[in-house]
Amino acid sequence: MKLLEYQAKQRFAAAGIDIPAGRLARTGDEAAAVARELGRIAVKAQVPIGGRGKAGGIAVVDTPEDARREAERILALRIRGYPVHALWCEQALAIDHELYLGITLDRDRGRLVLIVSASGGMDIEQVAESAPEKVVKIWPDPFAGPQPYEIRQLAFAALAHAEALRERAGQLVTGLVRAGTRLYALAVAHDALTCEINPLVLTPQGTLVAGDGKLEIDENAEYRHQDLVAELSGDQGDADRAGEDPYEAEARRRGLTYVHLDGYVGCIGNGAGLVMNTLDLVKQHGGEPADFLDVGGGAGAEKVRNALEMVLLDPNVRGVFINIFGGITRGDEVARGIVAARDQLHITKPLVVRMTGTNEAEGRQILEAAGIVPATSATEAARTIVALTAGGQS
Amino acid sequence: MSVLVDSNSRVIVQGATGKEGRFHTAQMRAFGTNVVGGVSPGKGGADQDGVPIYNTVTDAVAATGANVAGVFVPPPFAADAIMEAAAAGVALTVCITEGIPVLDMIRATAFVKSTGTRLLGANCPGIVTPAQCKVGIIPNHINKPGPVGIVGRSGTLTYEVIQGLGLAGMGQTTSVGVGGDPVMGLRFVDVLRLFAGDEETRVVVMIGEIGGSDEEDAAAWITASGFAKPVVAFISGRTAPPGKRMGHAGAIISGNRGTAQSKIEALTAAGAAIADTIEDVVRLTAERLETRVA
Repeated sequence: MKLLEYQAKQRFAAAGIDIPAGRLARTGDEAAAVARELGRIAVKAQVPIGGRGKAGGIAVVDTPEDARREAERILALRIRGYPVHALWCEQALAIDHELYLGITLDRDRGRLVLIVSASGGMDIEQVAESAPEKVVKIWPDPFAGPQPYEIRQLAFAALAHAEALRERAGQLVTGLVRAGTRLYALAVAHDALTCEINPLVLTPQGTLVAGDGKLEIDENAEYRHQDLVAELSGDQGDADRAGEDPYEAEARRRGLTYVHLDGYVGCIGNGAGLVMNTLDLVKQHGGEPADFLDVGGGAGAEKVRNALEMVLLDPNVRGVFINIFGGITRGDEVARGIVAARDQLHITKPLVVRMTGTNEAEGRQILEAAGIVPATSATEAARTIVALTAGGQS
Repeated sequence: MSVLVDSNSRVIVQGATGKEGRFHTAQMRAFGTNVVGGVSPGKGGADQDGVPIYNTVTDAVAATGANVAGVFVPPPFAADAIMEAAAAGVALTVCITEGIPVLDMIRATAFVKSTGTRLLGANCPGIVTPAQCKVGIIPNHINKPGPVGIVGRSGTLTYEVIQGLGLAGMGQTTSVGVGGDPVMGLRFVDVLRLFAGDEETRVVVMIGEIGGSDEEDAAAWITASGFAKPVVAFISGRTAPPGKRMGHAGAIISGNRGTAQSKIEALTAAGAAIADTIEDVVRLTAERLETRVA
């Protein structure tokens, strides 16, 4: 779950990290009102994707008239597929220097990594590629969290690369230790897999202020953050995800792991690797997959029925390949779901089922009794479904 | 021989009284696994289908001498269960549970590292040494003893390979599913290292998928360590469009890192044979077994 900038910043502020004064606006008039109140402001598109500055989604304005005009321009944009429904209008910062402060998951080390760089701003990824020594990292002990001395070392190491900051390093490091400690605590409290301030703005007055905010919460941990989920689904909901593929949006509402593709062979399986291999097999036999749908481990009859219904919503789908290798998923449950879906939804398009593994015999029996003959191998099933769906009519 | 589990493994099941735990405890026993107990807090003293239930892992280990734990508890409690098993001193914990919060796994893996316990998973299908011991959810009937070591990320695809090899007459020393979570216990490299020391394993089949860099790391290790056994590798997700998250957290391509191409190139450079299909895995494995015999 990705928070929008303003949602992340509200949490930063609550954690004691400075943010610019700002208001949310959804119309040009509202943006103009914020400019009247706060003076020179930055009008920023609220979209759940990076690169909005380069896409024209941010404008700095001096007058309410300019705020209205720029707000209306940005609200009409579509940024990398996402329409803009809301603007965060905040006091424009006087920028002395842009730093970077972030926390993310390091899969290789199996820990959160705390990152500081004196080269913050839009090109931090390039800096990380071309001058990795300027992006300094620590991997705090997951039980103790980062200690002040660790962040101090990290901060001094990062600032050593910025000539302009050297004289103020002592004072700056104090601010970075405070911000880093608070951001790490915030990340842990929110089960964040990414928690980032870029740029972290050093103002001429010597304060550190979050110029942007990114916060992405682990989906596995959403059960611990029901308040947040409820709050965000109210605010962010379908309106702000309108750039999403409509089929993928529907799958999300149904609680299914689904990716919409361009082809015509519906694909359902259990386990991400197996479903990817199912797609590979369809392609190898000359077909084009219409989707990736993983019913996951332990799927029952209802989930399978739901999955079939989902895949068939796409009118391009001419037939469905169901590939199940039972482990924790049981063949009989899957078979019951397939038969229920076919009967309830009056499915007439070809269904090719390949089923093996746990409770395979029971599953085959249920399918055969309902007139669906399961294929013996995935390769045979792929060949069959591609043959049945070839020819163009859907 | 085998790796990690064998006929001396004495297994307890954490979460044995839950729906999945109970079903798979019965499956494991039907396989021939020596399941010596179950753990379910508050249900200690009970007997379920002939398996004694204990309140804590420590109680279970003291009473039964268990050295392997299988974890089937729901996600909110699974990391705690992993740490409980490690604290009780089992040699191996196999965690099947899918959907554990990442921060929980960061703590659990750090804790496990501070003990002598090895962790397999979470979100993995488990491990099988045919005719001796199964811990996890790999279907019973597909496994047979033989000279092939299998290590895979995707559960169901690992089953495909076990079954494909078995139907062609090639059994396994041990099949290990490492799982697809971003923060995990044993990785490809750890399992390859174990197979290197297992005399009976003559060929290793590695089943990878797009996302992450474990396959690339394994390739680097094969080269660096001079791993002498032939490796047959299969990577799923070759036709997956970049930037799309295919199911669990593991399978996402970002930039060039984690693509099927990068994995195939790395493994080819390390001398592995690349299989395009499961049928290829079977053929290439058979060829390598024959070469080794000759």
